[in-house]
Amino acid sequence: MVIMKTPLLDVRSLSTHFFTEDGVVKAVEDVSFEIFEGEILSLVGESGCGKSVTGLSLLRLIPTPPGKIASGEIFFDGRNLLKLEEKEMEKVRGNDISMIFQEPMTSLNPVFTIGDQIMEAIQLHQNPDKKEARKKAIEMLDRVKIPSPEARIDSYPHQLSGGMRQRAMIAMALSCQPKLLIADEPTTALDVTIQAQVLRLMREIQREMRMAVMLITHDLGVVAEIADRVAVMYAGRIVEYGPIETIFGEMRHPYTRGLLESIPQLEDKRKRLNAIPGQVPNPMDLPMGCKFHPRCYLMIEDCKKEEPPLFQVNDNHFSRCIRWKVCCY
Amino acid sequence: MTSFLLRRLLQMFITLIGISIISWVIITTAPGGPISLTMDPKISPKIIEQMMKNYDLDKPVYQQYFLWIKKLFTGKLFSFKDGRPVLEKIWERIGNTLLLNLVATIIIFSLAIPLGVFSARKQYSMMDRLTTFGVFLGLSIPGFWLAYLIILGTVELFGYPVLGMRSFVTEGFGTTEIILDRIWHLLLPALIMAIHGMAGLSRYTRSSMLEVIRQDYIRTAKAKGVPEETVYYRHGLRNALLPIITLFGFLIPGLIGGSIIMESVFAWPGIGRLAYQAVLARDYPVVMTINTITAVLVLLGNFIADLLYGVVDPRIRYG
Repeated sequence: MVIMKTPLLDVRSLSTHFFTEDGVVKAVEDVSFEIFEGEILSLVGESGCGKSVTGLSLLRLIPTPPGKIASGEIFFDGRNLLKLEEKEMEKVRGNDISMIFQEPMTSLNPVFTIGDQIMEAIQLHQNPDKKEARKKAIEMLDRVKIPSPEARIDSYPHQLSGGMRQRAMIAMALSCQPKLLIADEPTTALDVTIQAQVLRLMREIQREMRMAVMLITHDLGVVAEIADRVAVMYAGRIVEYGPIETIFGEMRHPYTRGLLESIPQLEDKRKRLNAIPGQVPNPMDLPMGCKFHPRCYLMIEDCKKEEPPLFQVNDNHFSRCIRWKVCCY
Repeated sequence: MTSFLLRRLLQMFITLIGISIISWVIITTAPGGPISLTMDPKISPKIIEQMMKNYDLDKPVYQQYFLWIKKLFTGKLFSFKDGRPVLEKIWERIGNTLLLNLVATIIIFSLAIPLGVFSARKQYSMMDRLTTFGVFLGLSIPGFWLAYLIILGTVELFGYPVLGMRSFVTEGFGTTEIILDRIWHLLLPALIMAIHGMAGLSRYTRSSMLEVIRQDYIRTAKAKGVPEETVYYRHGLRNALLPIITLFGFLIPGLIGGSIIMESVFAWPGIGRLAYQAVLARDYPVVMTINTITAVLVLLGNFIADLLYGVVDPRIRYG
């Protein structure tokens, strides 16, 4: 992995809040991270930890109201996306930054053919004539290994299997050669065998196109397979952030350790599966201090007092735990 | 597809026969009859007997039904009231009804759908609340009452009511004035009819749109960089219109069947008014024929709506 000096994407203290009738949900709070050209950063966490909201915030697709990006800066290629006019933001979406979603069943418009939907993105950003756009769309379908793309281009989403639909989604997202792809749980809804195929395909294309990827997932198996760096999220915050080898081998946050220990191991079948005790806190009623302390086996009185900052473990590894020195491996 | 078409046509035919039998029973068993309504004590029983015979009223009800069908298809069906051929009476009014309803429908669709889309996009905004209020007002005000108010208003304004298709006195009118007079007479009832239709359709569009814009594929379209306007009208409306297509099914009978209330209030010489007068006069042949035509149109409208579903929604297959 080559780290270049200026990151492609630089997110600084992003906070996204939802103003509901029952109160303010701070879905994302003070989140900062970078993504460099050509690398895969994985955002990991349980459901509701704010990882999808982070992804949507980058494209400014948070439904407003009730959601709102409360503060922060998102620098992409030197420009602060939060300062752009809506018209300019439209040019970024699908062109510089693309996104694919979890549900290939519902993420494609049922009344248009997949060709129409891929061509729409191409025509929006590159202004080719119809014939050229169609040729390009067929090329993209071929690239994501959809068999007989000339015929498949005129299929409607319901005529394709889940895996094929997700490939079509990927083709659509990549049709304008984006510099950054945000993949929100791209394989979660797929069969295990198809998952592996789609992941392999994504990594292949990512390397070919030298594209950066932000992979949002709860599946540590997927992370281990393709990520370069990992940001672990809990209750809207990044709790640990570092290169993949460090996160998997020398984690410095008890939550990360808990997550890794909850992966079932094939080798020792007799052992009981470890689980993190307790439950994810209610986002409207977060505990004081460290948000993880009620579930943490390393908890001391100080954990309840104030929210810990991100401690620097070494030059590219950070942990939001005051006891990171005694934690964890 | 062919078997689907054949099956549907057969079903429609059977339904139509059922409808005509039931309407025949209802109409003939309703109190009063064509003779008693025109009865004059001075008319001799002989003449009444002759009339009964002419109208086939001396025969059993089921025979009357078959005679009606026979006469309808041989073109020998005459109105009880003035003895003119029924189809001719209907034919000369179809144009008027079509004109009025076409204008009303164009107003409804061209205003209600954008209004519904707008309300959905800006849900709970001031404008949305305002249109919601307007819609419920439009739905709850009885059309005939509003029509009478408007007619009263025109009396205040011009000194004569806007009734029928043109002013009674057109002497001294130039060509432009005659044209304007016709438009004015057309637009007023059409607008009042449109208020009701708009209220309903814009509500349908709004709720249907609200459901659609929460779908994942709308988010996908936005993530592709599709401008918001296009997202709503291209990706949203096309899906939102699926349930609204049912309404197209009612459109066709509405266009030709006419509106009894509005045509009567505005003295518009259309089918609806003809039907109303025929019912009052117990003019069985006219009532039955209009009834049957409307039934055919309803069935046809539903059939076309079914076919349209397949055109708009690629997931629907006929077999």
